[in-house]
Amino acid sequence: MNLAEIYRRDAWHMRWSLYISFVMLAIGGFYGTLQALDKMGVDLYRYLPDPLYRYYLGLTVHGVTLGWMFTVFFIIAFLNLVTIHGLRRPLASPGLAKATFGLAVLGAVAALIPTFTNEASVLWTFYAPLQAHPAFYIGLTAIVVATWTAGINAYLTWRSWKREHPNVRTPLMSFAALTTWAMWALASVGVAASMLFQLIPWSSGLLAQVNPLLNRSLFWFTGHPVVYFWLLPAYISWYTMLPAQVGGRLFSESLARLVFLAFIPFSIPTGLHHMFPDPGIPHSTKLLHAILTFAVVFPSLVTAFTVVASVEEGARRNGGTGRFRWILRLPWLTNPAVSGQLLGMVLFATGGITGIINASYGMNLVVHNTMWIPGHLHTQVAGAVTLTWMAASFWLIPLLTGKKLWSVRLSTLQVWTWFFGMAIMARGMHWMGMAGVPRRVHLTYAPYALFDEWRLAGWLVGAGGVLLFLSGALFLYVIAMTVWFSRSPAQVEVPEAKPLHPVERMPLVLDRITPWVTVTVVLIAIAWLPSIYRIATTHPYVQGWRLW
Amino acid sequence: MATDIDRYELTWIYICVVALLVLFGVLLYSAYALGIHVETDVGQIHPAQVATTPPFDQPGLRMIGPDHYEAVIVARAWVFDPPEIRVPVGSTVTFKLTSIDVIHGFKIPRTGINRMIVPGQISEVTHRFDEPGTYTFFCHEYCGSGHHIMNGGIVVEPR
Repeated sequence: MNLAEIYRRDAWHMRWSLYISFVMLAIGGFYGTLQALDKMGVDLYRYLPDPLYRYYLGLTVHGVTLGWMFTVFFIIAFLNLVTIHGLRRPLASPGLAKATFGLAVLGAVAALIPTFTNEASVLWTFYAPLQAHPAFYIGLTAIVVATWTAGINAYLTWRSWKREHPNVRTPLMSFAALTTWAMWALASVGVAASMLFQLIPWSSGLLAQVNPLLNRSLFWFTGHPVVYFWLLPAYISWYTMLPAQVGGRLFSESLARLVFLAFIPFSIPTGLHHMFPDPGIPHSTKLLHAILTFAVVFPSLVTAFTVVASVEEGARRNGGTGRFRWILRLPWLTNPAVSGQLLGMVLFATGGITGIINASYGMNLVVHNTMWIPGHLHTQVAGAVTLTWMAASFWLIPLLTGKKLWSVRLSTLQVWTWFFGMAIMARGMHWMGMAGVPRRVHLTYAPYALFDEWRLAGWLVGAGGVLLFLSGALFLYVIAMTVWFSRSPAQVEVPEAKPLHPVERMPLVLDRITPWVTVTVVLIAIAWLPSIYRIATTHPYVQGWRLW
Repeated sequence: MATDIDRYELTWIYICVVALLVLFGVLLYSAYALGIHVETDVGQIHPAQVATTPPFDQPGLRMIGPDHYEAVIVARAWVFDPPEIRVPVGSTVTFKLTSIDVIHGFKIPRTGINRMIVPGQISEVTHRFDEPGTYTFFCHEYCGSGHHIMNGGIVVEPR
């Protein structure tokens, strides 16, 4: 089979997953812009028809379409492609791929209908005892199940490859995809348990009461590692593709593997740092999670070296010199598939620092549930991850449609405007957070809002939001023009970085996932089980409320 | 470790490990030596029993020691009961909070006061008010369509 041949059978579902993910980006981004303007006291909601003008309906749409749908559809498509390319074979089961796609689409429709009809204004975190329509929970659960079936398909594909190559190391790309699926399979157990044993039966009337703290704990069991589920596909691009895109090589393959593997044990026993100010959970458990949260910083710190070193090597091979002047050799203005990733990394570095602040136990009391938190989240997910995915889309869409990218220039303008929009908006959000402004609030109508005092911060959020709206529209325009009107054939292939040093021997543990999963299960049992068991068995269960 | 790890890369890894260990140290120092702690488990109360169980059956302020008050506040959509508390400057106030419906929050900007209020659970936080003035507190966890109007104030009066 030649290279293009191996994608052919799976191209349709990857392509449509990407299209759906971009539609979700558009819907979520629209409400995001209105939210940003609200932070400067401008209310555009009142021009929308009923029930769409409702702030918290919009906030739910923003979180659900972006956090659960834009991400999941993109990840399934991207990890499928990475698996196929890494192993040089189509997915093992076309039937399972079809089922995955169908389940994700049905789940999205099921969850969005009650969301848009104001039956589920519970935000993307759906904290009980706020009670949404059962279809909302069932739809989101179907989306999670679709991620599992996608992961199973990746595993089956790897298994058939391994049968034919018993003594060959799994290629890095597909190995990284498999570690991502393994991490997520463990991480998603929390939210799945919350849905299946509490929220779905309760919202359907089969259960009278639920335990708010139990569901909050199970949500954050999944809710923190879900950010790594978003981040790891970006890391796959940074480690296994970007070095090739800048003409360099991957600095160290062993370390890259170690980084991906380290996310399995360290992602999950950390979620309580979202619940430091919660009652009902002792100090000791929270401190344990605080310390383990620092551990999960380690793989990202390593990334800061390895990825930058790989990029530097590429820049120097292209004639870059000097201690820092090589940075100018990078295609900042000529290759948006590269500059989008590099700009994403700049945002990611700032978010790494704010993330350490969030995890720092006592310091968390200053920032918890303030605008600082969405500021942090936006540099990471809407900044680093989304920019990397946008950059990747500039070759993914041509690869999967066979059509040349509509405009390199507009795409470059797009990633730069997104970068500045996000940097400006996040700066304003962090600033408002420091001033004590709460997140998730219809601020224009909050009696305690001090727009005079926060003026500049609020204006930064609003201005950044408008810039992001324009940049997002430009992204969708470039993609749409590529898909509908591009006539030239695409000349792209999946970028794949070679290691700088040929890997002669590597500890076996860097080509195995099972030992890491075992360690993780033990860590989860220590960090989460006693707390979850105690809350489930001794803490009160309460009735549901619909307060919107 | 594997053979393809570069000398500089290894140095960087050592730096990262040391930096993280220092941060662990600072964290443990702040928690155990300085006593800076976040919320812990101070007990449970079923929302249905809030109206009949002391101290939540009588929300409000009471003195529990010299310059030390206990403020019992019950949160519900979308008010704090009581919405206003008055104490003399220099008072230490221990807030006891619970909710009778959904999850709420309790934050006073520019103080260390930041708590979740979860139905079924009791939250507790203590603070000394050294500057006179009005301290606004508000709900910082989404609790329905009136979330943004849920607020109250502590008036710290000069002696």
